[in-house]
Amino acid sequence: MKNRSLVSITDYSKEEYLKILDLAEEFEKNPKQSILEKFVVATLFFEPSTRTRLSFESAASQLGAKVIGFSDASNSSVSKGETLKDTILTVSNYSDIIVMRHPREGSARFASEVSKVPVINAGDGGNQHPTQCLLDLYSIRKTQGKLDNLNVAFVGDLKYGRTVHSLVMALCNFNTTFHLVSPIELKLPSYVKMHIKNNNLNYFQYTDLNDVMETADIIYMTRIQRERFSDPIEYEKVKNAYILSASMLDNCKPNMRILHPLPRVNEITEDVDATAQAYYFTQALNGVFVRQALLATILGVK
Amino acid sequence: MESNIRKELVVSAIENGTVIDHIPAKSLFPVVRMLNLEQTEGQVTIGFNLDSKKYGKKGIIKASNQFFKNRDANKIALIAPTATLITIRNYEVVSKQQVEIPDTIEQFVKCVNPNCITNHQQITTKFSVIDKDDLKLQCHYCEKITGKNNIEIL
Repeated sequence: MKNRSLVSITDYSKEEYLKILDLAEEFEKNPKQSILEKFVVATLFFEPSTRTRLSFESAASQLGAKVIGFSDASNSSVSKGETLKDTILTVSNYSDIIVMRHPREGSARFASEVSKVPVINAGDGGNQHPTQCLLDLYSIRKTQGKLDNLNVAFVGDLKYGRTVHSLVMALCNFNTTFHLVSPIELKLPSYVKMHIKNNNLNYFQYTDLNDVMETADIIYMTRIQRERFSDPIEYEKVKNAYILSASMLDNCKPNMRILHPLPRVNEITEDVDATAQAYYFTQALNGVFVRQALLATILGVK
Repeated sequence: MESNIRKELVVSAIENGTVIDHIPAKSLFPVVRMLNLEQTEGQVTIGFNLDSKKYGKKGIIKASNQFFKNRDANKIALIAPTATLITIRNYEVVSKQQVEIPDTIEQFVKCVNPNCITNHQQITTKFSVIDKDDLKLQCHYCEKITGKNNIEIL
């Protein structure tokens, strides 16, 4: 994995996921280690994403690395019309690893092909966001003590949510049973369902969130966005149907935990935050340890 | 028999080169473009809307002194899957092969995804063919699938 870019969750094998998760556990116990002092990490955010960028920068800083980069393309030579290729070639002269977020799909793969240093994809449009996926796996394993044989429910926008697609694909390595809860318009795309079938796993589709409350070990919530609907009336009809509130948790399994890639809007009511099931804020913290594990592994230190 | 003779008259034999036969008529000119025959200096004879028992109307291309690499020939399979490629030397047929859809395709197909990086910067497109029967191409960059009804030749 040393010097290898991470663009898509399918770039890694099951064994490689597990290696990263094990290492993340070590960093969780001891997050401040001066092991990357010799390295420069470039964070190139061609579109703003405060949470992901800060998580990477915190991960790198806590390991002693220097961080350079930009948080918005308008502050960089991109606004002067520089091509992605030129930006990447230039920055790869100055850094040992590039973390990038870009609004166009496929940009990270392209960057990894022109870059002289490895590239970590921190989101390329609606395509991939592999570090989110790894932190989701880490959170699932931490809360359940295992990754195998779980009932995982995905709720909300399953059509456009890239985190959902990547996580479903990654979980196909762990004998997961999938429970897919969404409005008809936002069902999981057929190519992702094919992936589940090709792995001889089962999925069940629902339109009512209450139907999965008793079976799920993990409920992965996502935001439903108005602009995803061709018909605004359809949005009005479903917008409140996928909201999780504390009163719905009465019959859930005691081990059940709620995940959410954040930011949330109203899909998890605030009364859930105080329940034992709420895990989404810890999930975000786990992102730092997973990103430390990735930086250390790709830079060849661990 | 007579119609065969007439065809021979319309599209004359070549001494050396390649004949591409059984091209669906509607794909003839896209194939010409795909093989870059508009730029060639050599002699090219093109037959359009010829009668074909199997396909109704077909196209045929005879390119003198041009021999296509398999890679180039196979890319026409995307838009002309029925095409046959006949190599001629000294007026004799030396090989005849059906074009085959390749496993990967570079350069001449546009990605269907408007938000794909290849549609915004000077980047050569690249696809892996994930279904040859019901043609499906997966973009190497954005990972989206371009289906046979969306294939647009660059």
